[in-house]
Parts: sequence; C-alpha cells; structure tokens
Amino acid sequence: MVRTAGRFALGGIRELGEFTGFLVSSTFCYLRQRKRMEKWLRAVHEMGVRCLPIILFVGLFTGLVLGLQGYYTLVKFGSESALGAAVSLILIRELGPVLAALMIVGKAGSALASELGIQRNDEQIDALQTMGIQPSGFLVGPRLLAALFCFPALTAVFDLLGIFGGYLTGSVLLNVDAGVYWARVFESVQPKDVTGGFVKALTFGVITIGICSYRGYNTHRKASAPGVRGVSESATRAVVWSSISILAADYVITSFFL
Amino acid sequence: MTATPSNSLLEIRSLTKAFGDNQVLDGVDLKVTEGTVTTVIGKSGMGKSVLLKAIVGLLEPDGGEVWLGGNRTFPRRKHQPDRMASSFMFQSNALFDSLTAFENIALPLREVTHLGRRAIAEKVNGLLKRMELSDAASRYPGELSGGMRKRVAFARALVTDPKIVFFDEPTTGLDPERKFGVFDLIAEYRRDFGFTALLVSHDIPEVFSISDRVAWLDNGKIRFEGAPSDIKGEVETALAGFLRRGNNKASGGQESGGKLI
Repeated sequence: MVRTAGRFALGGIRELGEFTGFLVSSTFCYLRQRKRMEKWLRAVHEMGVRCLPIILFVGLFTGLVLGLQGYYTLVKFGSESALGAAVSLILIRELGPVLAALMIVGKAGSALASELGIQRNDEQIDALQTMGIQPSGFLVGPRLLAALFCFPALTAVFDLLGIFGGYLTGSVLLNVDAGVYWARVFESVQPKDVTGGFVKALTFGVITIGICSYRGYNTHRKASAPGVRGVSESATRAVVWSSISILAADYVITSFFL
Repeated sequence: MTATPSNSLLEIRSLTKAFGDNQVLDGVDLKVTEGTVTTVIGKSGMGKSVLLKAIVGLLEPDGGEVWLGGNRTFPRRKHQPDRMASSFMFQSNALFDSLTAFENIALPLREVTHLGRRAIAEKVNGLLKRMELSDAASRYPGELSGGMRKRVAFARALVTDPKIVFFDEPTTGLDPERKFGVFDLIAEYRRDFGFTALLVSHDIPEVFSISDRVAWLDNGKIRFEGAPSDIKGEVETALAGFLRRGNNKASGGQESGGKLI
C-alpha cells in the first residue's frame, strides 16, 4: 500500500518535472526561432477567432442567468439594488476566468491536443526535427505565448458581456434602476478584483494550453493505444486534466487574493 | 572532426538498439559512399526504419557510432560542427495539412536558412516546375493525389540541396506504375542534383534498378552488402531464399563466403 502510494507520488513528481521542462524548453526554443511575431499572431488569431463566438454566447447567457438568479435572491432581502455589484464581482473574480478558460479548453484546447496528436502519428513532428526545426518551439511555443494574451483578453470580453447580460435581465426585464445597476458595478469593482481575475486567466492559460500541448505532443508515449484511438485519448485526457487543473488552481489563487 | 576512418559519406559502426527485450539492431555496420544509392532490404519488422531513424537522430541508439560527412553524430560531441545537409523522406510523406504544397516545400528554407522571400519563391517555384507540380502550388496536401503528395514530399526533401537523402519506403501504398515513377524520379534527380541516397524498400527486385549497393538487414545485423548484380550469384544462400519468398518468410541465413557477411 505504502509502496504503491510512493510509486504513484514519484510518478506524479516525474510527470510534473517533465511537463515543466516541456513548457520551458518549448518557450525558449520558440524564442530562438525566426519569424516569431508572425507565428505568435497566427496562434493568437487561431485561438482568439476560434473561441470568440462561444465566449460571447456563454458570457452573455451567464450574465443573463446571474441577473435572474441574483435578482430573485436579493429581492427577498430588499437588496435588489446590489444586483450590479453581485453580478460584476461574481463574474470578474470567479465565473469569468473559470468559465472562459473552460470554454477555451473545450474549443481550442481539445483541437490543439488532437492536432498535435495527429501530427505526431503522421510523423510531421519527426519531419520538423529532420529539417533542423525544433518541433516544440515551432508548434507549442507560439501557442503558449498566445495563451498569455488570449486568455485575459477573452476573459475580459466574457466579463463585459456577462455584466451587460446582468443589466439586460436586472434592469430591462425586472426593472432594477439602470443608473443604480451601473453605479453599483463601478463602485464595487476594485483594481484588486480585476488584477485577481487576470492573474487567474494568465495562470489558466499557461496550465491548460500547456497540458493540451503536452498531451498531444506526447501522444506516442502517453496514450495507451496507438493511432486514432491514441489521439482521441490524448484529447479527452487533455480536456479532463485541464478542467481539473483550472478548478484546483482557482482555489489556490483565490485563497491568496482573499 | 574529420576522423571518419574511410572516405564514406555515411558510416555506421556496431549500431545497437533494443525496445525492451527485442534487440532490433544488434551491431549494424554499414558504409555509404558519396554519390551512390544504397538500399536496405529485409523482412518487415526487422528494423530497417529504426536504422534510418537512428541514423538521423529520431531515435537514440543504445550503442555504436554514426559518422556523417566526417562528423560523428552519435554519440554526440559537445562542440560538434554543424551537421552536413541531410534530409529525410517519410513513408507517410509527413506533409503539413494546413500548408499548401508551396508552403510545405518552402518550410525548411523559411525556418532554417537565411534566404529572403524572393529567393525562396524562386527556388521553390523552380522545383515545383521540375516536379511538374506548378499547378498544385497553392493546393493543400488533402487536395492532391497520392503520387503528387509523394512528389511534394520529395521536393521538400531536395529543397535544401542535401548531400544525402534518406528514404523510408518511398513507394508504400503506390500502384506498380507509380512505384516505377517514384524510382525513376529518384534516379533522375540523383543524376541532376548529385545527392547520395540511403533507401529502405520492400520493392524487390524493382528497387535494384536504381541501387548501386544493397544491404540486407536480418536479425539485427547487415548480413549482405554488395552490388545488386552480386545478389544474383547467391542463389543458394539465405538471401536468395529471402528474395524468392518475396521478403515475407525469410529464414535465418546460412553463412557463406564472399558477399554474405
């Protein structure tokens, strides 16, 4: 029992070390490559464009639901005027970074893991190596650094749309005074809340895109089956582990910022 | 380093590689002379592709030495001089689906060389024209036929003017006519570009038409090395048995004098 636990712990530490080494070497190798800006912009475009519609949609509906739930909870205490504060703080501190990250993982992360897995199976990654191009720097580095921009940017869009959604249900539908709603939003949101939200978004970006890249890139070593099944296993595990990591990291970061 | 013991462009000495208990390469020795086409033949699963991948560094050998153009590339030296130009053509072509034929061919030039955009375009367009792929320049690999994809992969392998090209079963999945087409292509471009080639192929005896040397890999060792014409005299040997059985049921070979190793 103890031996099994020890082996499990050692395996986890080894995996974590390998993962960290993969992220660091991908970033450094990318920084040594040519046409870095072009690759980074392409990665930002890929991640941003791919995820923007779903972020807009989910952000708006999250705000709409929060407005609805928030109103009927607050009205019991005669505090419906605090709806703006409740919606904006919940979104900026918690739901915005977490839900946006989960959406990006579902949309771009799974695609990234699958794409890298297919490239591994199809020997495209080996081909890069034989051409003298460092593969993880070429394929992973730009995406990791693109995540540093895309996650906070998409989280900001999510937050704004969510707060607007809260306004639509709270003020337009349920007659909370619009001036009060917006005044409470501006009063209650402190720079610390915004900073905390962005720190979360940045952390989630590195962790999740890192996990998805790592899983896809190492499909040949990490998946239990070869070929198509291996790719689908890598994509599934990438999404599952990314989602778990988002929630775990959220708890850790929140405990620091509260 | 210029300490290659012979004037071979590529020399492999006592190369070993095992996967668990499976000793795939068990002391492989092979020399490839500049300007020649050497073909490695052998049963499926005998480690022919493993040998190629170990030579180019896609797999780490367990032991032995690899010398390329006078430089020892395995085991690696700390301040090893730049590797000579070599390229690898994969069995699966390994083309990037999201890049057009032009972009696929231009990729190594864009990423590795200091050539400008115009020089790259000139070089790639020249190759596309010679490979009769000009009309396919802006098409993606998924929109090309099997033969065209093969030619794009070949063009990509040649675009950096390599001294040696490694071909891993370049005719896999092609019909007989296209197989000969690929062999003709290799022979033609070898004449034009003057590269050295190391091929792995199952297409026996068709591949002999373009081969200067043949090496038979069996049970982890090179058991025959010589000119294709030498093989014809080895009728009583295990190699002949292997050839007769269409490379599917080769038995452990009998040793004989002469060319069998």
